[in-house]
Amino acid sequence: MKKMIAYFNILKKDMKTYYLKPPNISWGLVFPFAWTLMFYLRSETAVDIRQILPGVMSLSVLFGTTSMLAVTITFERKSRSFERLLLSPISLDLLMLAKTTGAIIFGVLNAMIPAVMASFIVDLDNINWAGVFAGVVLIAVTSTFLGLFISVSVSEVFEAQTFSNFIRFPMMFLCGLFIPISSLPAFLRPVSYVLPLTYGADILKTMINGNGIISLWTSFLMLVLFSSGLFVFSTHNIKRKWIY
Amino acid sequence: MEILNVEGLTKDYNGFLALKGVDFSVEKGEIFGFLGPNGAGKTTTINILTGLTRPTSGKISILGNDVIKDIKKVQENIGIVPDESNLYEEMSGTENLEFCASLYGIPKEVRTKRAKELLLQFGLQDTGKKKFKAYSKGMKRKLVIAAGIIHEPGILFLDEPTTGIDVESARQIRKLIFELNKTGTTIFLTTHYIEEAQRLCRRIGFIVEGKVIKIDETAKLLAEAQKEHIVEFDTDDASDVLIGSLKSDFRDFKVSRSSTGKIHITSKEKIDLMPFMRYLDEKKVNILEAKVLHPSLEDVFVKITGIEADKMKKDKEGKKK
Repeated sequence: MKKMIAYFNILKKDMKTYYLKPPNISWGLVFPFAWTLMFYLRSETAVDIRQILPGVMSLSVLFGTTSMLAVTITFERKSRSFERLLLSPISLDLLMLAKTTGAIIFGVLNAMIPAVMASFIVDLDNINWAGVFAGVVLIAVTSTFLGLFISVSVSEVFEAQTFSNFIRFPMMFLCGLFIPISSLPAFLRPVSYVLPLTYGADILKTMINGNGIISLWTSFLMLVLFSSGLFVFSTHNIKRKWIY
Repeated sequence: MEILNVEGLTKDYNGFLALKGVDFSVEKGEIFGFLGPNGAGKTTTINILTGLTRPTSGKISILGNDVIKDIKKVQENIGIVPDESNLYEEMSGTENLEFCASLYGIPKEVRTKRAKELLLQFGLQDTGKKKFKAYSKGMKRKLVIAAGIIHEPGILFLDEPTTGIDVESARQIRKLIFELNKTGTTIFLTTHYIEEAQRLCRRIGFIVEGKVIKIDETAKLLAEAQKEHIVEFDTDDASDVLIGSLKSDFRDFKVSRSSTGKIHITSKEKIDLMPFMRYLDEKKVNILEAKVLHPSLEDVFVKITGIEADKMKKDKEGKKK
């Protein structure tokens, strides 16, 4: 019970201090809207909102989670307020789960915005929404732990921004979000399969349009493996680098 | 009864030995001062005791729990006030206190009540709704101390609690520390203000270059120092030649030059000023001032560590800036 009080209060504090601030809410709304609009303006007749929806949802989650988490943890560490959490009597695993839950929730909500916007423009019938939700949650968890990995790997806020962009922008083109993996040059295709977002976007493609290319089980399993690996690696790094 | 016990504590930072076998203990209900110059190992020690740094070797127990094996159990019962005011800038004073209490699993109604009581006790009742970033340095330090005791710990670690704040706030904080101790909180205090340690601590440990070189009750340390009588002459000449001739002509006395360039005459017996005044007059040395010094803890520190207290203070404050 005591641990849960700590967990929920860390989550509540982060939501209030970071995620529910007007700039972040507006970022969450503007970012998916801008992406959808960009594709629509690029090709008003050819664009199929439903076809680009899995890609836009995946990107919204990726950017929403990594932008915030990588920066907030680095910032708290810099101001030494993170020490306060490390010195509290909760385990490091629970602490990091508490710190990441806010980003996961924020990511899931970010993914819902393009879906809600699309529902006003196109017919969204025959979609497995439970599957979409499960896929979005897993993408959010994996992207958040990727953000955690970034924040543990750097020491300055600007480094976190640079490092996350270095990872996120290639993912936009290599994970089959808008350009099919089969259209990529042959030497780049193996890279796509070592990036977690490939599997997340494929789940959403299968659930929304039925045109995913990887089996659902494989994608779910890969995301679980990626998220567990990133979490274990990050907490190990914290123990090694921050409790020296 | 010992509440904290440290034996053979070492810390090796890739070949640099920050702690070289530190041993000491803290008794229940006391204020224990840990004094030493910059880089002596004070912060490394406090970080190891609180779980922020791993020791290379040694044994530590706090309230009967092994710090190395069961740090989370230990952290339930310790309060920590770091050398920087590291609460959350965007949260109010009350929110910060309640949040810190929640980290120890304290239920909502209890932490709200406790936060209110502490704000009142620390004279911050009118600023509870203000954001932490709007607090003055002194107010920030007070709130950080309040956050350190909100879960009513068995022992409170205070790392340089009055560094970098104004005189009045420092005085209020010293009063609060004293009051906290009176209500039963054991306090482990690191400070570079020797006068502060003298006023607050029942016992003091001196650490230099990673080794504890002396631990004793403050009163005993002072009594030992006050066995010596010191007379200080402020003269227009304090050259090596003059010091040398004083040494050879007054063999029963210890003659030295202080860091401020004054002549110090030390003896176990009471010193008669007249022979020295006559001697200096014969040597055509002008005496600007002559006074009897009452040795303080600062003198004990200088004697034990060989480090001038002023230098230590400047080093520390320079580092803070």
